Amino acid sequence: MRKTFIETLVELARKDPRIMLLTGDLGYMAVEPFIDEFPQRFVNVGVAEQNMLGVATGLAEAGFLPFVYSIATFASLRPYEFIRNGPILHKLPVRIVGIGSGFEYGLNGITHYSLEDIGIMRVQPEITLISPADFQQTRSALLSTWDLSGPVYYRIGKDDKSIITGLDGHFTLGKTQSIRDGKDVLLVSIGSITLEALKAADQLEQNGISCGVIVVASINPSPNEDLSSALSNYSNVVTIEAHYPAGGLGSLIAECIAENNINCRLLRCAVPVVPRGVSGTQGYMNKYFGISGESIAERIMKEVIAQ
Amino acid sequence: MIPKFTSYHIRKIILEQSWKAGVGHIGSSLSVADIILALYRDILQIPAVNDQDRDRFVLSKGHAALALYAALYLRELITFDALNTFCGNGSEVGTHPEYSLDGIDFSTGSLGHGLSIGCGASLAARLQISKRRVFVLISDAECNEGSIWEAIMFAAQHQLSNLVVMLDLNQQQALGYTKDICDLSPIDEKWAAFGWDVHTIDGHSVDQISSTIKQLDTQSGPPHLLVAHTIFGKGVSYMENQIKWHYWPMSDSEFGQALKDIKGME
Repeated sequence: MRKTFIETLVELARKDPRIMLLTGDLGYMAVEPFIDEFPQRFVNVGVAEQNMLGVATGLAEAGFLPFVYSIATFASLRPYEFIRNGPILHKLPVRIVGIGSGFEYGLNGITHYSLEDIGIMRVQPEITLISPADFQQTRSALLSTWDLSGPVYYRIGKDDKSIITGLDGHFTLGKTQSIRDGKDVLLVSIGSITLEALKAADQLEQNGISCGVIVVASINPSPNEDLSSALSNYSNVVTIEAHYPAGGLGSLIAECIAENNINCRLLRCAVPVVPRGVSGTQGYMNKYFGISGESIAERIMKEVIAQ
Repeated sequence: MIPKFTSYHIRKIILEQSWKAGVGHIGSSLSVADIILALYRDILQIPAVNDQDRDRFVLSKGHAALALYAALYLRELITFDALNTFCGNGSEVGTHPEYSLDGIDFSTGSLGHGLSIGCGASLAARLQISKRRVFVLISDAECNEGSIWEAIMFAAQHQLSNLVVMLDLNQQQALGYTKDICDLSPIDEKWAAFGWDVHTIDGHSVDQISSTIKQLDTQSGPPHLLVAHTIFGKGVSYMENQIKWHYWPMSDSEFGQALKDIKGME
């Protein structure tokens, strides 16, 4: 997704001279196309994420459209207060591009696992929060949001190849995308972990369980209408996210169920504990912490179907 | 009638408004009063508050906002009625500045934030081929913040010559003297070692502050630091160099004494 993101950004930058790209010294083999074409509009701020956000705030106030780029944990957690008191408070069009959701930086360990960025960004009422599920949706999400007047957080995966079947790259701000019909259980997923959601749906299908699957890529603004209408059709919903349980997609769905008085039971598949003392590939970690397709299907069989 | 733009009048406003509101941060406001006076009387080019090509000012030590409000009033950028709402319920004019108020470029209050914003504003001016300048007023204790040093390195790396930082060296912070908490000295040598053009000035000599700024090369070369030697609570005898006046509000009798003390600056 990050390759597509940068390619799309280069296209946009050709049309709009306000676009700048700032990095906190990350993006090797990803940001080069932008540097090559717009060296004057690229700044490697150095390993200094707070300053990067402050610089972007000053640039945006003067009329620029700065995109700041780093690994999701470093882009969101370290400079969080600078995001709050900078672009959010001043309503400025700074775009924060956080790379890697959940365990995508597998072997790099906990410091690189983005497991709470949705939660911390979602609590801010005035930042657009987008988490595409594949590279095609990344492109359409960027094309439809790059020139919003306020700040945007993009949670971008590393996978540049996988395609989410049924999504066809669709994205609409404030809407969900339904990618699979099914009558028994509704799976709601966000980001690249949607691949695992689809694997779970396939496995459950073999056991005679029919799953609907919807993708939530627009968190802020929240797709409340789409969600409440989808949830009303099911008595069981399962959320799937490469994130801690609190504050993310599962929380959003819980709020939606409660606020709309929907009669629907919720199972949240998320990373339940701090993943300390263990590292491995993304696939290994997803399985270890219960968000692989297989483990999601097992939980659904045990905690939803068998109940 | 709007009072004259003097060290006396800016202090009189600071004392009157903080006494009326019953709030503190008086010592900090008096510490920077002459720096802000010099900027708003002699330096800042502000054809209109929303002019894109105006000079920018970031009060990174946002807790001294009352001195800034007083200067905005003296410069006729806000009205007395607006100033006089200071710390009232529903007022835009609170103890820390908010950009929604005319004349405030950036909301501040969290130390260590303003210099990075100033770096971005300076870089923007250069990219837009504008001669506008960016002034950032920081406190000495604010240099405890790591983000300040990120911004110091960035500004030097990019030779942000249009960036002028004024460091309010009053040697105090909220709970004590800076030398006892995180000794900053020699602060001028530290910034110089990071590649800045450093000047040491008397932070209560408005003429010296202004003349030093006017001599800076803001179109080429390194960014500039003015180390302004100041006295916390300057002008009010019982506040000068006293830690408690970081937070403490004045009683009626203390207010009366303060007004008498600053008479000498008239």
